[in-house]
Amino acid sequence: MPDKFRKTILTVIFIGFLFVVAWLADNYLDEYVMRVVRTGLIYVIAAVGYNLINGIAGQFSLGPNGFMALGGYMVALLMLPVEQKEFVWFLQPLIWPFRVFSLTKPFFPLAVALGGVAGALGALVVGVPSLRLRGDYLAIATFGFSQIIIVLANNLIPVTNGALGIKGIPEYANVYRCLAWAIVTVIITSNLANSSYGRAMKSVRDDEVAAEAMGIPIFRHKLLAFVVSGFFAGVAGGLMASLITTVSPSLFSFSMTFNLLIIIVLGGLGSTTGSAITAFAFTLLSEALRFVESPITIGPIDIPGIAGMRMLVFSLLLVLLMIFYRRGLFGKKELSWDWVVSRFGNSNRQGVGTWPHKTEQS
Amino acid sequence: MNAAVFFQQLINGMSLGSLYALLAIGYTMVYGILRFINFAHSDIFMVGAYSAFFFIVIFRVPWPLAAAFAVCLTALVGVTIDRVAYRPVRDAPRISALITAVGVSSFIENLGLVTVGARPKAFESPQFMSRVFHIGPVTITGVAIWVPIMTFVLLAVMMYVVYRTKIGMAMRSVSTDIEATRLMGVDVDKVISYTFALGSALAAAGGILWACKYPKISPLMGVYPGWKAFTAAVVGGIGSIPGAMIGGFIIGLIEVMTVAISPGLSGYRDGVIFLVLVVFLLVRPTGILGETLKEKV
Amino acid sequence: MASQNGAILALDSVSVSFGGLVAVSDFDFTLGKGELVGLIGPNGAGKTTVFNIITGQYEPVRGKVFFRGRDITGWRPDRVTCAGIARTFQNMRLFEGLTVLDNVLVSRHSKLRSSMLAAALNLPGYVREEQVARTKAMELLDRVGLMDLAYTEAGSLPYGQQRRVEIARALAADPEVLLLDEPAAGMNPEETARLMEFICGVRDEFGLTILLIEHDMKLVMGICERIRVIDYGMSIAEGTPEEIQGNPKVISAYLGEEACEYA
Repeated sequence: MPDKFRKTILTVIFIGFLFVVAWLADNYLDEYVMRVVRTGLIYVIAAVGYNLINGIAGQFSLGPNGFMALGGYMVALLMLPVEQKEFVWFLQPLIWPFRVFSLTKPFFPLAVALGGVAGALGALVVGVPSLRLRGDYLAIATFGFSQIIIVLANNLIPVTNGALGIKGIPEYANVYRCLAWAIVTVIITSNLANSSYGRAMKSVRDDEVAAEAMGIPIFRHKLLAFVVSGFFAGVAGGLMASLITTVSPSLFSFSMTFNLLIIIVLGGLGSTTGSAITAFAFTLLSEALRFVESPITIGPIDIPGIAGMRMLVFSLLLVLLMIFYRRGLFGKKELSWDWVVSRFGNSNRQGVGTWPHKTEQS
Repeated sequence: MNAAVFFQQLINGMSLGSLYALLAIGYTMVYGILRFINFAHSDIFMVGAYSAFFFIVIFRVPWPLAAAFAVCLTALVGVTIDRVAYRPVRDAPRISALITAVGVSSFIENLGLVTVGARPKAFESPQFMSRVFHIGPVTITGVAIWVPIMTFVLLAVMMYVVYRTKIGMAMRSVSTDIEATRLMGVDVDKVISYTFALGSALAAAGGILWACKYPKISPLMGVYPGWKAFTAAVVGGIGSIPGAMIGGFIIGLIEVMTVAISPGLSGYRDGVIFLVLVVFLLVRPTGILGETLKEKV
Repeated sequence: MASQNGAILALDSVSVSFGGLVAVSDFDFTLGKGELVGLIGPNGAGKTTVFNIITGQYEPVRGKVFFRGRDITGWRPDRVTCAGIARTFQNMRLFEGLTVLDNVLVSRHSKLRSSMLAAALNLPGYVREEQVARTKAMELLDRVGLMDLAYTEAGSLPYGQQRRVEIARALAADPEVLLLDEPAAGMNPEETARLMEFICGVRDEFGLTILLIEHDMKLVMGICERIRVIDYGMSIAEGTPEEIQGNPKVISAYLGEEACEYA
């Protein structure tokens, strides 16, 4: 299909463009801004994965922070140099396989992927029992499991070094790697969402009874969505560990899930591109608003920083969204080439034979 | 563990459990009627403690009066939350109500952080709460005795309201079938408001008593008690008021006994409760006293 | 005993009860290959419950369900559908957030052989399968006259069209037996007439066996070869449309005892 071919070309060009922008940013913007950008890209990965289970499969999970923690600790254990490990675990030694080896820089993508595998396995273990529950009950069960993961992170000192966390993880999560992972996540997730599997997941979201009657094994599709979602949470957690160079239980607290929830609701539950764009914008905005929490001196007046101000605004935003703008910025729509063409291209391309304007339809 | 220690822990567990029971009732009542989990309930608990604190410290109101004011004020806060945030999403998909509740909870916590600050404040509990009793080898503080006693009084009042008054009957009726109740000419929204008022009042009482027991209050003080009380509601059978009470005591005892039996597990005291929550959800989601609901095709 | 000689679907003294309330009791029924049978009865008689037993939504407390001689009692609904029994719902359960085409394509999912990874990576094997499924779904939409609305959100369609989407969706599962639960509900007489024609047409074209629940007696009497009447969860009569129309038990079930006396 020539149309499809054109779109592939456009996508490749667009990805190239993103890398050029990343290169420019990396060379001309200061390190602080680049940290924010990288954080934003990591949030894109986490949000897109979270949207898969919550927005597309319609299973309300409150547990991505737990799976991110699994990925984060996995990358920390794999990448931390051996001598640093001896230094960190000075009270109790680190458990065996991780004590004696660490991966070098070229293997960082492997470590991140293994972080994803850790998240996916965690999701499998949590999902098999809990995905039989529905609605609120599922939300609570996933929350409970995530809290258990965090409690374990606080207490399993031979693995996690407890509340002190693990310091000195090499900072390999540069902007290109973060961007590459974000692009892979968005492409794979939107392919999946538009595929037959994605349709099956959406049918489960819309009506479980009907989906089952149409031959969809509902439990298996919930679990598939949950495990893929867990994989991307693990990847995001792993990159986060390398970006911050430290992991600790408090890094992966419930507020992480809360932020992701705001992002996917604001972006429009069910929209992959909506989640991605909102995640990035949200991170930048959140950072831009940081000043309200730091002390400001205007002439002779000192205004003390007010901690919690941003979260206050975001919480209010979430509630207002739910009351007045439940469909979010993108609804269930996707930003796709068809949409771009129909908006900005010549309008006679919309007839029979072209692809529809919503990816839900394609 | 000898008998004296066991007895002491038993009292501690009962005292903690009665607080969970007070808080659990609010979760269970709202769930019984609206079929949704009011995440903000744990923050209502915190608002109760802070209200009492401010009435005592700032306005120098005598202690019993301060507590009464705080309970009323908190009940009002609960009703307001329902009116402003929950009522508009009542007919929306259930997931929206849940997300709203998560948002409201975070809003109240951060409003607390912004207005009163993250630093814990010392709560002044009344004299009779801090007196220490010695019964043989067992040492008991006034709090450990007074908390369960007050809890029982409050629970008795609440049971009276729910099972012996007209509004209580309306509440039970709404929880059985909201549409049918509406058709009978009952103002369902009003009944829901009363439910929030009653649940929030009990949460406030729980918050104040909690502050007497653990006299450092902070805007996030409700988070863990909230989850434990919620677990209690699930264990007892969510939607069932007697179940919430039983669940509360069970959770209190489990928490205290876990640490008493093996001090090495103290890091896991929250984890154990979450484990109980998850296990109950998976194995017996209807809890001890709850009834099964089968979905109609 | 019920699973013999040519019967494609057989229910052998099936019973279901909810919390002590018996919904269907000792229900025997056979459906021969290629038949078009109506299941009628007053409201709450247990007709939909029979459907739910066949498709696995409810598991009978007693009795067995056989499909092509195979015991399918207690199978999960998705397995039953894959085995060859598709259904529609009385209260229409379309996937409202999905397009008409996607609704139909959902039923093709169980036929998909590619793995999820192949789908996520858009591998050629998957793309080919998807293309085939789309063509097939479009053909079905064409058959029910909804091709132009393929990309419309299913929830936004008027009632009669939603019913047609539901039938197309059930047909997309490649069933041998099709269960239609009040397919004419909410349709006007003209639409009902077209539906009757359509049902007979697809039966011949796809070699289907059809069991339908319907309140519209004109439809039932017009197209069904055989009718089973059920009341209070029990069979009270079976026969050709003519036999049923004159059966006093049926008349009393529908109109009450008194009416029967005057009948």
